[in-house]
Amino acid sequence: MGKRTGCSKGKGGSMHMFNTAKNFFGGHGIVGAQVPIGTGIAFAEQYKKSKGVVFTCLGDGAMNQGQVYESFNMASLWKLPVVYVVENNEYAMGTSVPRSSSVVELCKRGEGCGVPGRQVDGMDVFAVVGAADDAAKLCRNGNGPILLEMKTYRFRGHSMSDPAKYRTRQEVDEVRETVNEAVEFAQNSPEPDVDELYTDVYK
Amino acid sequence: MASCLRRYGRRLSVSICEKRELSTACEGKVIQQQQQQQQQQTAKLLNLCSAINQALHLALETDPRSYVFGEDVSFGGVFRCTTGLTERFGKNRVFNTPLCEQGIVGFGIGLAAMGNRAIAEIQFADYIYPAFDQIVNEAAKFRYRSGNQYDCGGLTIRAPYGAVGHGGHYHSQSPEAFFCHVPGIKVVIPRSPQQAKGLLLSCIRDPNPVVFFEPKWLYRLAVEEVPEHDYMLPLSEAEVIREGSDITLVGWGAQLSIMEQACTDAEKDGISCELIDLKTLIPWDKETVETSVRKTGRLLISHEAPVTGGFGAEISASIVERCFLRLEAPVARVCGLDTPFPLVFEPFYMPTKNKILDAIKSTVNY
Repeated sequence: MGKRTGCSKGKGGSMHMFNTAKNFFGGHGIVGAQVPIGTGIAFAEQYKKSKGVVFTCLGDGAMNQGQVYESFNMASLWKLPVVYVVENNEYAMGTSVPRSSSVVELCKRGEGCGVPGRQVDGMDVFAVVGAADDAAKLCRNGNGPILLEMKTYRFRGHSMSDPAKYRTRQEVDEVRETVNEAVEFAQNSPEPDVDELYTDVYK
Repeated sequence: MASCLRRYGRRLSVSICEKRELSTACEGKVIQQQQQQQQQQTAKLLNLCSAINQALHLALETDPRSYVFGEDVSFGGVFRCTTGLTERFGKNRVFNTPLCEQGIVGFGIGLAAMGNRAIAEIQFADYIYPAFDQIVNEAAKFRYRSGNQYDCGGLTIRAPYGAVGHGGHYHSQSPEAFFCHVPGIKVVIPRSPQQAKGLLLSCIRDPNPVVFFEPKWLYRLAVEEVPEHDYMLPLSEAEVIREGSDITLVGWGAQLSIMEQACTDAEKDGISCELIDLKTLIPWDKETVETSVRKTGRLLISHEAPVTGGFGAEISASIVERCFLRLEAPVARVCGLDTPFPLVFEPFYMPTKNKILDAIKSTVNY
C-alpha cells in the first residue's frame, strides 16, 4: 500500500511484494519477465547443489512471450530444477486464451523445448498441492524442468459477497474480517521517508 | 512548402498533403476530401483519445492497405483509442495480437515491408522494450542496409506514455530518449487532441518507421476543438506556442501544459517566456530552437523522463554548440529524478510547475 511497514518498504507498487525469509523473489508487473529470472535462480540452486527447487509462476498471457520459450529451452538443456506454474484463468486483460493462442492446452507448450507438462485442476487445493509435491520431487532428483498448468477461472465480480457455490457465508465473513484487519493496519502505517526516494537505485 | 505551416497561437491548421512513396490510394482520397470539405471546415470538441480514434478511422478509410493491430485493440483498446475500427473495417484489418511485443513489432515490420501501412499498438510504452531490438536493429536499418531496395516506412508504432498520477514503475514511463538515439526512425509526441490527430496522420503516411508516444494523462483530460476533416501536421517542425523574450523553454507532450503554467506565473514576476513544442524529437527542428535562443539568450528544457541521458541533454548540447557566445546562463533542465518511476514518491519525482518556475528565475537571474 506504499507504506513504510509494507514489503519493499513501500517503494514498489501493488505487484511488488518480496520476502527474503521465505525466498520469495517478488511479484512482477512485466508479463513474462519473471520466467528467465526464475530460470537463472534455478541455475544458481543447481550450482550450489542445494537440492532447492524454484517455482516460477506465470499466467496464460505470458505463454505467448518469446522469453518464456528461451527459458524453457535453457532449463531443459541444463536440467534446471524449476517448476513453471502456469495459472490459466482464460484471460490476459481482455485477451482470451482461445482467441490468442494457437495451442490452447498450455501444458503442452513446453514440449517443443523439452519441458514436459501436466494439467491440474487449479480450483482443487489438494490437486494443486499434490501436483506441486510431485513436481518438486522430480526436479530435486535432477530430472529437469516441469510445467504445471493450473486450470482456474477469473471471477466476474470483485465483491467478496459474490454468491459463490463453493463458499459459505461464514467463510466469506471470516476472510473479510481478516482482510479488514490487514487493511486497517496498512492504512494506519506511516508512508516511507522522502529519503527513501533515492535509496536502492544503485548499491 | 512545409514552412507555410508554422503557426502561432491556437488557430485552425491549414491542411496539407505531402507526397508519399507508399500506396497512392490515400493521396487521391485526401485531396478529394479536402476539396469537399474546404467550404465548411467544421470542428468539434474532442478529447485526446477521440482525436486519435478519428485519425485512425481516416487512415484506414483513405488507404485500404492499412492495418491496426495490438493487444486488445479489437474491442476498442484499454484507452478506447481504437473504438469502432473493427466494426467498420473488419477483423482482417483491425485485429488483436497475442501478448508478445517483440512479435508484434517484428510482424509489423514485415507487413510494412510489403508496402502496407502497419499501425501497431503497444499497450503501454513501459512494455515496448521486448520490441527494442526489432525497432533498433530491424526497422531503423531496413532501408539503409538494403540500399533502399526495401523499407518498412509504412510502420507506425503507437504507445501511451507518461505519468498518470498512480501508474508506478510500469504504467508511467517516458522512454522516448532510448529511441531518439536511433537514426532511421522518427519519434513524435503530440501535446493536445488537435495536434495528435494531424501528427498521427502524418506519421502513418510518412515513408519512414515512426514511434508515436501518446500522453496518457491527456487522453480524457485534454479537450479542444479538433477539425473534423482529414488534415496533417508537418513532422520535424517545432512550434512556438507562446512568444517571449527573456528565456526559451522547450518541451513536448503533457509536460507542455505544466510549463505553460510556469510561464504564466513567471510573467507576473516580469519574466517573458517563449515556449516551444518540439513535436518531433528525431529528427528535431534545431533551427526553430536556435532562432529562439538567439533572441532570448537562455534555454530551459523540461521532460518527465529522468534527467541523466534524457533527450534534454541532446537539445542542450546542440544548442550550446550553436549558441555558445549568445547564452547568458547555463542551459537548465527540469526533469524527472534519476530513479525508477516511483509510486508513492511520484509528486517528488515529477518536474512540477514550481520546479520549473524556480529554474526560470535562477536562469534569468544568473
